[in-house]
Amino acid sequence: MAGLLAIIVIVLAAVLADVVAPYAPDEQIRTALLVPPFWAGGTGSYIFGTDDIGRDIFSRIVHGARLSLFVGLLVVTISLAAGIFLGLLAGFFRGWVDVAIMRAMDIMLAIPSLLLAIAIVAILGPSLTNAILAIAIVILPHYVRLTRAAVITEAGKDYVMASRVAGASKMRLMFDTILPNCWAPLIVQATLGFSTAILDAAALGFLGLGAQPPTPEWGSMLADALQFVQRAWWVVTFPGLAILVTVLAFNLMGDGLRDALDPKMKR
Amino acid sequence: MIGFILRKIGLVIPAFIGVTLLTFALIHMIPGDPVELLAGERGIDPTRHAELKALLGLDKPLWEQYALYLYHAIQGDLGLSIVTKKPVIEEFLTLFPATIELALCAMSFAVIIGLPAGIWAAVKRGTAVDHSVMAVSLTGYSMPIFWWGLLLIILCSVTLGITPVSGRLSAEYWIEPTTGFMLIDSLLSDEQGAFADALHHLVLPSVVLGTIPLAVIARMTRSSMLEVLREDYVRTARAKGLSPLRVIGVHALRNALIPVITVIGLQLGTMLAGAILTETIFSWPGIGRWLIQSIGRRDYPSVQGGILLVATVIITVNLLVDVLYGIINPRIRHTR
Repeated sequence: MAGLLAIIVIVLAAVLADVVAPYAPDEQIRTALLVPPFWAGGTGSYIFGTDDIGRDIFSRIVHGARLSLFVGLLVVTISLAAGIFLGLLAGFFRGWVDVAIMRAMDIMLAIPSLLLAIAIVAILGPSLTNAILAIAIVILPHYVRLTRAAVITEAGKDYVMASRVAGASKMRLMFDTILPNCWAPLIVQATLGFSTAILDAAALGFLGLGAQPPTPEWGSMLADALQFVQRAWWVVTFPGLAILVTVLAFNLMGDGLRDALDPKMKR
Repeated sequence: MIGFILRKIGLVIPAFIGVTLLTFALIHMIPGDPVELLAGERGIDPTRHAELKALLGLDKPLWEQYALYLYHAIQGDLGLSIVTKKPVIEEFLTLFPATIELALCAMSFAVIIGLPAGIWAAVKRGTAVDHSVMAVSLTGYSMPIFWWGLLLIILCSVTLGITPVSGRLSAEYWIEPTTGFMLIDSLLSDEQGAFADALHHLVLPSVVLGTIPLAVIARMTRSSMLEVLREDYVRTARAKGLSPLRVIGVHALRNALIPVITVIGLQLGTMLAGAILTETIFSWPGIGRWLIQSIGRRDYPSVQGGILLVATVIITVNLLVDVLYGIINPRIRHTR
């Protein structure tokens, strides 16, 4: 519940970024370099302080929320769509299609996600688009496995047989009859996918392999702040806090959804 | 048993081939001509260009290039680094101990804190203890570790001044690497205080790298303990009048540990990837930082070789965990 509330706040902030943020994310206020937050000796006009070239940190974080949620949405959509498609194929047709798809997924699962993402970005070149693509590829196997497992369970049930006997085509069986009954675990995984996507995108941004400056992306903001660790704690603290809160919110919501949609899993 | 091990190895080979295909594709999908990349900015004349291309085998058909690449890779020949002109495998091996040392310390930290925390939460199920352990571990699990590292640097190094900011050893010490593990090397050397200094340098990076495994281990231990505590033999042990400590520590824990050990092993693999972030923050001279630097310098042979080697190590570790799991839990050997 707390997770859902936090997500609503973050989504609102992201959607209304232009209204909520007092400044543009790349607006440089030359008279206010490295101003501390208002409770630490700064002024009320920059509540989280400013960075080394006078950009308002609060505004950048609010705009970063828009970017991070967009990254999460895009990653989850891409890998969910591809994952459902591959999982349906594997679970419905079985045989060599199944073996080929699942072996490929096993290989991808054998490599840690961040390393695989780095390898893909190294091939495609560092940019936000490529980072999104890389993360989408990296989390794909989870959706394929879940869909396949659910499809195999459902495909043996009587209602599917009834539909088959009634003469439903393969496409209709796959997408219209079976798929709607496989949603529950996928929704949970998609929520958790959001948090993975946001975390990995920030990590890639931090390593300089994702969003490039001056994009107000939380990870690349942290990379910029690296040199001010000793002098200006606020430049470092807030972007990271934003990542933590967002990721935590999605993880909490994922846990909550799992309990709600899949009571068998609840302990 | 041997059949079981062979079956597991059989499953690993496709993964290894997949990784080699990926790293092979890496070199071929980079935009631009690898020979010109090697030549650098001065350019290269056409005859030399053709010579180099033949030397690198780039004039052969793709499948032949891949076969050659695989053939060399199996022998440990991963080419030369563009920047240092040293063999990639040599660079990797000199840096690898630093990463292993960090990963082992981080794992010890995670196990020493995570295991008791998980047991405690399971025993005190539903109480404030349980809820706080779970809340903390979920936070740890969601933690962007690169930020966590920076926060700890601000707190412990900048504000309190109790730990060093980066590196493995202070500049006033010079230790000749014999094993490559700083803790062992500094003990063996006759430099006074070097061991304590090395230990100081290890604390923060280990905590940072160990945070996510700690959270995972605590959660896993708790749920595994909860399951075991419901079993009949635990009730029997209680009914016999054994002390709670003995019931939990001996009867329950031993059975609850099986899934936890698997998780620990799998986390060790993930940790090698997590080391990329931790090493970057703390300027830790290990393979993670080297990999990122190599990407930055466009040192493609190093990137290619590095990813292949790290992935191979991780696949091997996971294989060992699988086999170990089969040894401690014989039931698994006979399913499937």
